[in-house]
Amino acid sequence: MIIKEFRELVRDHRTLALLVALPLLLLVVFGYAANFSVDSVDTAVVGPEAEQVAGTVPGFFDVSTTEPSEAEDHARDLLRDDVVDVALVTGGSGAQALVDGSNLFAAQSAVAALETSGQDTSIEVLYNPDLKTSWVMVPAIIGLILTFIGTIITSIGLVREREAGTLEQLAVMPIGPSTVILGKVTPYFLLAALDMAVITVLGMLLFDVPFNGHVLTFALGAVLFLLVVLGIGIFISTISQTAGQAIQVAFFVLLPQILLSGMIFPLEAMAAGVRWIGYLLPLTYFTMVSQGVMLRGAPITALWLPLLVLAVMAMVVFTAATLRFRRDLAPERKVKSRPRSTDRSRSGA
Amino acid sequence: MTYGLTSVDVSFGDVRALHDVTVEIPAGQVVAIVGGDGAGKTTLLRTLVREVAPDAGHVHAPSKAEIGFLPASTGSWAALSVTQNLNFAGGVYGVRGAALDERRTALLATAGLSAAADRLASRLSGGMRRKLGVCMAIVHRPRLLVLDEPSTGVDPVSRVDLWRMLSEAAAAGSAVVMSTTYLDEAERAGHLVVLDAGHVLVQGSYDEVRAGFPGTVTRTGSAVRPGWSWRRGRERHEYWPDGDAPPRLPVVEPDLEDIVIALSLARRADAGARA
Repeated sequence: MIIKEFRELVRDHRTLALLVALPLLLLVVFGYAANFSVDSVDTAVVGPEAEQVAGTVPGFFDVSTTEPSEAEDHARDLLRDDVVDVALVTGGSGAQALVDGSNLFAAQSAVAALETSGQDTSIEVLYNPDLKTSWVMVPAIIGLILTFIGTIITSIGLVREREAGTLEQLAVMPIGPSTVILGKVTPYFLLAALDMAVITVLGMLLFDVPFNGHVLTFALGAVLFLLVVLGIGIFISTISQTAGQAIQVAFFVLLPQILLSGMIFPLEAMAAGVRWIGYLLPLTYFTMVSQGVMLRGAPITALWLPLLVLAVMAMVVFTAATLRFRRDLAPERKVKSRPRSTDRSRSGA
Repeated sequence: MTYGLTSVDVSFGDVRALHDVTVEIPAGQVVAIVGGDGAGKTTLLRTLVREVAPDAGHVHAPSKAEIGFLPASTGSWAALSVTQNLNFAGGVYGVRGAALDERRTALLATAGLSAAADRLASRLSGGMRRKLGVCMAIVHRPRLLVLDEPSTGVDPVSRVDLWRMLSEAAAAGSAVVMSTTYLDEAERAGHLVVLDAGHVLVQGSYDEVRAGFPGTVTRTGSAVRPGWSWRRGRERHEYWPDGDAPPRLPVVEPDLEDIVIALSLARRADAGARA
């Protein structure tokens, strides 16, 4: 029995990969990425004394913008557009520190650093004044749910057709591959969109998460992100023969999204060798959009980069996946040569 | 109208699944494709419905809209009811509204599925589910009906229902081709094709196949040449391709099972001699 089990396992490459890759992945993630403490925060200093203050702030505040001619309004814009995590406003009666509360761990570290600096600085946390974890997590969890539906549920739905043999039947029916793909994907797209709306509203009702931005910007990000994850789901279905295989592959896709997208561990706190993986994951960019719109009320112009990345990902992944799926529905091979002369000599008639 | 394959070769990698296969499927006739496991029956049918493109040869088949196909799998969607499955198939083939209602009612009655119209396909017995698959394949009255082992795993009573449906489809003008491992069933077909390892061993009506069978088959307790014999009940049958059986051995009138086995043995011996 033990030998039989080993023989089966050796031929099950995906399970073997899971057995080998999962511990390695977890080791790398928890070794290099699982870090809640932020070493430095991007900081802007504005106001007439900006140059002086920029030279005296502790090293924790990485001053990337110094603008003496600008005032508090500009500082708020920089935070809203996620250009910096902290803005120090100089001039007037005393220095004022504005902190972006939507970047939870950076904000917590910045507030702690400001409070222990000994300087007379008033601190105002924007977008998440109480630094609630739920406010930051709900927009990211919306993306996680879309990822779950888009990859696991969609891939299982498609693989089930293959397992049941009905994909073969669809291939013979007078409906084009595009119609089959559209017919299969549309219900999942609509269900995911409905789920997203429900989770967003529930998150707002249950956890008082604000929705400060424009719904259309949020919807655009969600649609692009959905196309990416649906594309991943279709792709998984093309490389899986059974629902079990699809779940295995989807697990490989889902786990890094949870751990490395910045949803749990801040990207800026990860080692550079791991952080780049986070920047390849679609959930990273959706979280930027959802947190930006919901918490900071960021306009579309401030979110053009994550939206553009999602659009490119959607185009590449969805196109590649549907082309692969079309191949499953197409005849297995091309005609290699022309017809030969008919030979009926073996007919028993 | 006659459909079929002309001089078709199909390979999967290094494996030749069909060798120079020519089969005609005339309208109004049921053609049975018989052969053992790996004979090439399913490949032949999948080539006919253009799911597999041949390496060489011609496929004569109508457009997809005029083909009805029952794959080797169940042929229906488990999570849909009998009615919903038929409605889906009808809708895909452009049969809608009152015409679909009328057709669905008639098909379910013929198949003995009227009482199960609202039952999920997953809750049907194997035979009922195969009959539903056939109903879905013929809902649009196809010109060419292609069925991959429609009766495998089906009880004798349901097989009678299946045959009635196929006969009615052929009588209505469809060209019907089906694969089967049941030789008694193949004998009922107007035309049968015997496949072995992708080669057509013989084809024609049952009478034509019997009349054209070369050599003799004898009955014996123990075979003279074990490699040319096979068990039939309590005795063995032995094939003599050149008709040179010893006079002491009683000659039997070969039935289709004898013919298929004998010709397969002859082809394999021939292939072995060439190798």
